[in-house]
Amino acid sequence: MGTLYEDIVDHGGEVFGKEHMETLMLCVQCGKCTGGCPSGRYTAFRTRKLFRMAQEDMREEIFNAPELWFCSTCFTCYERCPKGVKTTDLIRVIRNLAAKAGHMSVPHRMIGVYVLKTGHAVPVGEPQMKLRKAVGLDEMAPTTQKYKEQLEQVQEIFRTTHYDAMIDFDWNTMNLREAEGDEKK
Amino acid sequence: MSEEAKEYAFFLGCITPNRYPGIEAATKRIFKEFGIETKEMVGASCCPAPGVFGSFDMHTWLPVAARNLCIAEEMGLEIYVTCNGCYGSLQEADHLLKDHPKLKEKTNEVLGKFGREFKGTTKVHHSIVILHDVIGLDKLKERMTKPMNDVNVAVHYGCHFLKPSEVRGHGSSETPYIMEDLVKVTGAKEVDYKDKLMCCGAGGGNRTADTPQSLEWTRQKLVNAIEAGCDCMVHPCAFCHLQLDRGQDEMNKAFGTTFNFPILFATQFLGLAMGLSQTECGLDIQTTTMPEKLLK
Ligand code: SF4
Ligand code: SF4
Repeated sequence: MGTLYEDIVDHGGEVFGKEHMETLMLCVQCGKCTGGCPSGRYTAFRTRKLFRMAQEDMREEIFNAPELWFCSTCFTCYERCPKGVKTTDLIRVIRNLAAKAGHMSVPHRMIGVYVLKTGHAVPVGEPQMKLRKAVGLDEMAPTTQKYKEQLEQVQEIFRTTHYDAMIDFDWNTMNLREAEGDEKK
Repeated sequence: MSEEAKEYAFFLGCITPNRYPGIEAATKRIFKEFGIETKEMVGASCCPAPGVFGSFDMHTWLPVAARNLCIAEEMGLEIYVTCNGCYGSLQEADHLLKDHPKLKEKTNEVLGKFGREFKGTTKVHHSIVILHDVIGLDKLKERMTKPMNDVNVAVHYGCHFLKPSEVRGHGSSETPYIMEDLVKVTGAKEVDYKDKLMCCGAGGGNRTADTPQSLEWTRQKLVNAIEAGCDCMVHPCAFCHLQLDRGQDEMNKAFGTTFNFPILFATQFLGLAMGLSQTECGLDIQTTTMPEKLLK
């Protein structure tokens, strides 16, 4: 583990390219991002401050603040930053690192459970099958939820990238290990 | 089949088929009316949501998105979507994999485990762009048998249709025009309102992180549209639809409000103007109800 900046460039660089991630250091703290941020109106999330903290390697402070998860990834700041800081992509990569370090809420981990079980973050159930029929569609769309062998491909991806381990997924119960019984978080 | 008939693979995602099938039905129906055939993508999964899975693990998000792209490649077709999340996810993945050969190689190692390969032979389109650019406003206009002449519409874009503009390619994200054109073609009036381009609040896992807080964004958006005298909100995103439509029920319960502001996906609104019934557009199986003004 290097500095937070180094980890951002490593982890995010593999997907976006290193230069994209290195834009973190171009931030001059002008505040234009925070000025147009919808989250900033309703929450304690401050985009400008996050980038300062990331530059200063304040990993734990960033990871432990619930606000990190209040960005809707609307890309307004990304469009407007005068220095070309790839803001929204940096935020997503910082969240990746937080998640890897165990900072992931039960509801967020549950989204992975739905995908591991059905291939969908929002699966179809009995009531929705009725809605589908009401508009003249088949009860079930021809997706991973319908075809097991297709779902297995998605499950294989999750295994390969160790996403199952990251959310502490139990393949026997097809649920979160910790979420059994009482909610822990 | 007419000469202009074209086939596309419809990438459904999650919310469209599993929560708002009216969006699926209306879109397929309208496309067919204009000679555009829809093929189903067998075995498609969640896109997966770019702000959500992208926030959890980019390295899982990418191969899952790439697998969906492979399905369309194998069909030899380009894709259309009815959700900005799907648009964002698939287009971003397509773009990254086409731009970075090493990333493509690494992703194909994962996909190769079950015999799939990303080749880079498809393209990802939003359904509203097909309406606007492939079918075209002139042809649409001819078919508006029930024009929306006295209807005031608030356009809501959502975020990932326009942004990041360097990838989306629909011009400036601050001065969009595609949705406005599609609304005006029905004879309706497109009305500007405060913070029109603001996010619905749902994206990036924000809805899941704190639903009441995310609904504050939604409430402000709806209040702004209502105060500007709008009769309904028309948008291009199934995920926004969930937040804007079902969110009104959630708000009414959480905040004691009495919202019932009509929310329509673009093809549902166009469908009504083309003479489809609200049942055919699935507008009678959602939370918000349609006023007489939109149905007559
Ligand atoms: S707009 Fe760009 S340069 Fe200005 S504070 Fe935000 S990230 Fe930094
Ligand atoms: S992308 Fe996130 S940080 Fe940037 S303006 Fe939108 S909500 Fe704020």
